Amino acid sequence: MPEQLLWGMEVFLNGLMAGVLYALVALGFVLIFKASGIFNFSQGVMALFAALTLVGIMEGQVPFSHLINAVFGTEIHHFGWHVPALAAILLTMVVMVLLAWLVNHFIFRHLVNQEPIILFMATIGLAYFLEGFGDIMWGADIKKLDVGLPQGINGTIDEVTYNLFGYGFFIDNLDLWATFIAILLVIGLVLFAQYSKHGRAMRAVADDHQAALSVGISLNFIWVMVWSLAGFVAIVAGIMWGTKSGVQFSLSLIALKALPVLMLGGFTSIPGAIVGGLIIGVGEKLFEFTFGGMMGGATENWFAYVLALIVLVFRPQGLFGEKIIERV
Amino acid sequence: MLDASEGYTTEDGRKIGGVVMEMKNITLRFGGVVAIKDISFDIREGEIRAIIGPNGAGKSSMLNVISGFYNPQEGQVFYKGDLRPPMKPYQVARQGIARTFQNIALFDGMSVLDNIMTGRIRQMEAGLFAQAIWKGKAEREEVENREAVEKIIDFLEIQHIRKTPVGRLPYGLKKRVELARALAAEPSILLLDEPMAGMNVEEKEDMSRFILDVNDEFGTTIALIEHDMGVVMDLSDRVVVMDYGKKIGDGTPDEVRSNQAVIDAYLGVAHD
Repeated sequence: MPEQLLWGMEVFLNGLMAGVLYALVALGFVLIFKASGIFNFSQGVMALFAALTLVGIMEGQVPFSHLINAVFGTEIHHFGWHVPALAAILLTMVVMVLLAWLVNHFIFRHLVNQEPIILFMATIGLAYFLEGFGDIMWGADIKKLDVGLPQGINGTIDEVTYNLFGYGFFIDNLDLWATFIAILLVIGLVLFAQYSKHGRAMRAVADDHQAALSVGISLNFIWVMVWSLAGFVAIVAGIMWGTKSGVQFSLSLIALKALPVLMLGGFTSIPGAIVGGLIIGVGEKLFEFTFGGMMGGATENWFAYVLALIVLVFRPQGLFGEKIIERV
Repeated sequence: MLDASEGYTTEDGRKIGGVVMEMKNITLRFGGVVAIKDISFDIREGEIRAIIGPNGAGKSSMLNVISGFYNPQEGQVFYKGDLRPPMKPYQVARQGIARTFQNIALFDGMSVLDNIMTGRIRQMEAGLFAQAIWKGKAEREEVENREAVEKIIDFLEIQHIRKTPVGRLPYGLKKRVELARALAAEPSILLLDEPMAGMNVEEKEDMSRFILDVNDEFGTTIALIEHDMGVVMDLSDRVVVMDYGKKIGDGTPDEVRSNQAVIDAYLGVAHD
């Protein structure tokens, strides 16, 4: 097999894996948008906040230690214990549920029946608040996150492909795990939404508030549940991105990468978020591989947005979104 | 405080029980507008109770008070003998009061089956965690409730559209699905807000038959609002007549028909 083709295949596979990570962030957006019509700009910051909290708990960091030290002149930083990864993840889940409740109780409960643009502005506010809050709570330094996921080249794939084609593919173990976990997460979410009482209630609330109330569904409960689910997705995304590139504040910018994914897949479709993520992951890697050299590189920075723009021209509702038909 | 005494037997031999809901001196205001003025009436177990009146009489407001969508400024609501404190609509629904809406409120994106399943929320108790892993109790519940829903689907003759998204159905069928969803809750009181509005004669006949069958088969207490006088007189055991937010008549269809105030309201006599 020609070498170029083999490289292309390797790039394609790596693109798929990168796409899974984009899809994870996009998934959080879709969940909240479907159930409450809110475009949650803070989804990326939620991933950052989740990762910060996870590291903080694992390392036994004292929350607000900078603030405490500045006010009282003390010198505390760590409790001196280490929490195992699994327990820390569970504790982080508790924190995200608490955050979901606070967000609903203090912000969105009061904005029922407001224009979408007002809800959107509120999430922008929330994004900036959370970013600052995470900073005060856990500090602004770049942290290393290691929950025990294997990293580095996958030996088996390298060996097998070398024996087959005479060229070993470089596939990162972390990417493989991310893909595996993302698939589990998506299957779980889809099953929950389709076949459980609360999943049905979630879809009901998304459809018609009055009707939902009349069958005994508490809107506030469902909203807290949906924000919690988005929080869980944020934890997974935070773990993956944090392990890959360290927990740093630029993590919140991955939300911007989720936008073209959503435009491609449609804002209301869970499968759309996945496929959109994969298309953009593969597309930008292959484009860089084939045309990057001619254009002086760094095409990954803009390729996703141009692709989304082209899709918008031909299919404004995205590849999987519900077509909006206005009756006159 | 409440006359929940012995019931009565109707001409066609149905047993009507004691009072299940009593509205006492209800007054509802929107700013300066008085929608309901000092109205009292009761609903007995097993009966079909109609609320009629000209446009803007406050009938829908009354239904919204019963179902908890509005909380009245004055007056008390007694449910099963107990004073009901101000409640959210979803809490009222969980107490066993199901309703339909004048302009149909269904979940358009969901299938007929899923729509009706949402009506079973009161019967499903498995917690969020049990459902997330969907084992044991949650699974058993899902199956049991699915069976109950299938019975209602058979009863209302909508088997052929079970899997169809509700948004694609014609008006008459949507009304029937909405009735099915309310019935799925096995309510102790079923509230129907103009169940026959906008229907043709044939659809009206179908709907009347279903309402009578539901009452007959399950013994469901039904309170309904309807414009079509002929339908109301045929269906109901007792009728409340409202005009300009006030109660002007209350009794059997025959009593109401011969009530001078009611005749005036419908034929239009100058109000002083």
